[in-house]
Amino acid sequence: MRRQLMKGNEAIVKSAILSGCRAFYGYPITPASEITEAAAQYLPQVGGVFLQAESEVAAINMLYGAASAGVRVMTASSGPGISLMQEGISYMAGAELPCVIADITRGGPGLGNIAAEQSDYHQVVKGGGHGNYHTLVLAPHSVQEMADLTALAFELADRYRNPVVVMADGFIGQMMEPVEFPQTATEPHLPKWAVAGTEESRGNLISSIYLEPDKLEAHVRQLEAKYYVAQQREARAEEWRTEGAEIVLVGYGIVARILKAVAAEAQAEGLKVGVLRPITLYPFPGLQFQKLAERARVFVVVEMSNGQMLEDVRLALNGVRPVEFLSRFGGNVPSHGEVLELVRKLARQTLPAPQPERESVAHV
Amino acid sequence: MSNGTEAEYEVTHGRPQAFYENFDRKGELQHQTHYCPGCGHGIVHKMLAQAIDELGIQNRTILVSPVGCSVFAYYYFDVGNVQGAHGRAPAVATAVKRSHPQSIVVSYQGDGDLSAIGSAEILHAANRGENITVIFVNNAIYSMTGGQAAPTTLLGQVSTTTPAGRNAANEGYPLHVSELLATLEAPVYIERVGLGDNRQVAQAQRAVRRAVENQVRGLGFSLVEVLSPCPTIWKMSPVDAQHWVRDVMEKTFPLAVLRDRTKDVQPKAAPATGPALEEIPRILGVTDEGEAEPSDAQAKGGVDLQVRVAGFGGQGVLLLGEVLAEAGLHAGLEVSWLPSYGPEMRSGTSNCHVRLAREPIDSPLVAHPDVLVAMNEPSLHKFCASVRPGGWIFYNGETVPEECERKDVHILARPFMHVADELGDGRAGNMVILGALLEATATLPQASVDAALGQLVKSPRWLTLDERALARGRELLRESLQEVCHEG
Repeated sequence: MRRQLMKGNEAIVKSAILSGCRAFYGYPITPASEITEAAAQYLPQVGGVFLQAESEVAAINMLYGAASAGVRVMTASSGPGISLMQEGISYMAGAELPCVIADITRGGPGLGNIAAEQSDYHQVVKGGGHGNYHTLVLAPHSVQEMADLTALAFELADRYRNPVVVMADGFIGQMMEPVEFPQTATEPHLPKWAVAGTEESRGNLISSIYLEPDKLEAHVRQLEAKYYVAQQREARAEEWRTEGAEIVLVGYGIVARILKAVAAEAQAEGLKVGVLRPITLYPFPGLQFQKLAERARVFVVVEMSNGQMLEDVRLALNGVRPVEFLSRFGGNVPSHGEVLELVRKLARQTLPAPQPERESVAHV
Repeated sequence: MSNGTEAEYEVTHGRPQAFYENFDRKGELQHQTHYCPGCGHGIVHKMLAQAIDELGIQNRTILVSPVGCSVFAYYYFDVGNVQGAHGRAPAVATAVKRSHPQSIVVSYQGDGDLSAIGSAEILHAANRGENITVIFVNNAIYSMTGGQAAPTTLLGQVSTTTPAGRNAANEGYPLHVSELLATLEAPVYIERVGLGDNRQVAQAQRAVRRAVENQVRGLGFSLVEVLSPCPTIWKMSPVDAQHWVRDVMEKTFPLAVLRDRTKDVQPKAAPATGPALEEIPRILGVTDEGEAEPSDAQAKGGVDLQVRVAGFGGQGVLLLGEVLAEAGLHAGLEVSWLPSYGPEMRSGTSNCHVRLAREPIDSPLVAHPDVLVAMNEPSLHKFCASVRPGGWIFYNGETVPEECERKDVHILARPFMHVADELGDGRAGNMVILGALLEATATLPQASVDAALGQLVKSPRWLTLDERALARGRELLRESLQEVCHEG
């Protein structure tokens, strides 16, 4: 198949259209603007809708409208814009509307800067809007994954009737790598629940209102049940050369690429190092951490934030193994050298031997 | 009414079909609305339902309910229903309508929803001329939340948040949304009506119907503002409240047709249907067709070339890297190209990381390049120490500053932009350097470089110039090696 050199941001749009996306409502922001620009170029050509909204607030509510109407729809933004979208994301989760949101992350808080950072983790993975809900979150670490995980995002959004976020740092959005696409396009279909301006759909209602406490509780329990199923079925992580690893490096996005390079060099030095890369950030692939904890002595979380994913790693390991943390942010990237130095230091240290008692590993 | 009496009367004004007979979605009292006695919403609802009946559009209608007293409009209207966030109904309606252009989309909003929190959404939906109908019920107060001031609250009017009466010095003036929207080009129909007496009600009925009919005819954005009583919050009897609309409210908000271009505009054309599904991969340019023949020009042997290119914006830094990466891909290698897109991009300097390798590329970040291309002195200063021993530095300058000199790397310092200038355009300096780089590293076959250049440089003039620049760069490198040999 043909491999094309392409930016991650462009690959997202092409994959989305091949996946049946026919509407894009968005607002420009660095480093996500190429997605909006590519959508403006291609969606009208495939009979779809592109509209640049007056704000991220309007854009996400346009997604609410398009999703209510049964159209596969997406938007793209970055930290400050995602903050503004949280209202609509909460409404969409509450009204059980599918959509795909690409978050090409940059530096914060506030205006921060436009360099790559991973500090949107909390607001995206923990649900930055109000109420008991989650978004499903996918974290590509290559241009090929920008395409593949966007296709998966549309599938998951429909399967769970829930917003799905493709969260990639600015590097993954801006860089070019070879990518290949499926040669067939998915046919858009109209869900039965959609409000489509037809006789068949006249009785349909899209709403997030449940006035009666018992009804709201039952509704949220049902959302919870959905998330439970997602936890069982959708959690994904890549284990990269983890066989026999005593030190497990943990990172997602561009950081995972650096960690692979570090692990390769450390292994060449004879160190027992591997990489565990969460691909889904929600649901978090906790079981794979527990599995590796049976052999590994220490986990090293490397993040371009002040320790946001770190919390999920600690929860997943539940104290059975020590967790080291290396963080750079503000547009700074953990360097190959500094991670390698930490790995060497940990390898030199006398680490506690693996405990034989497996029971201590938490089982969800 | 008993069965016995029904037979004696002919029903001429019954329940509109567009209303449910029984309000099943309502928790209790399913035969009556949740509105207070004397509230204007019930009347406006009926006007809308009658318009839907008369136009025969019940199946096509989609009602977007707001946040406010009419949040539960979907209890009553037997049409497609979407309930939206506070103030966002025009954004929601925009996308619903664009998703299904055959549908008739009505955004039903109150004055807090539309004129305060949703002021941006209504302004831009109107300005885009969305082919939707907006029913704007203005009662000069937030009623649902218990009587707080709205942008439409009258001067001197007491509310729970203007206990001494609205004071222009503190809260500004009543917002005239309809007049404001009537300054825009796109709307076709804007009218303010009232429910102050029967004559006003009859006019309101006509206006609501027109606003819906305009959409059915495909004319564009229509809005009807309805001055509407709220006896409960105003603390008046229903009759007094109705009179207050006519005698007091209307003085601030005069009833008028503020825009009527319905006779001047042409119905909007239906959007073109999309292409056949099989066409889409071709439209996106992702099909195998047009793929370069797998050339004999494959890069040979183990390759792992890491390059950093840096310079001023406008020197072609990113393009140099892109041609290199594209040529690598053509030659059957794994490649990555990563730009520094950060603040530097805007402030005049630019750099990119390029990797070409036989094996899958782990990190696309190049911390220690085999080759540094420094198109200006600041870039040389910034990156010269990072080059791997045995690597190359190509510097766009006559001589390397003392502090950047290194004995353990090859350095080629030339005024590459000037060289390109002699060829016809200094901006081809990036390709002179690329030529030298390709000659020095000997990693990529010329056929792959030609293919990459052909793909990325569309102007024939530039293609010719770039090809000459590449060749000149290769010459410069060979000449420099001879000099080294002679010196040696």
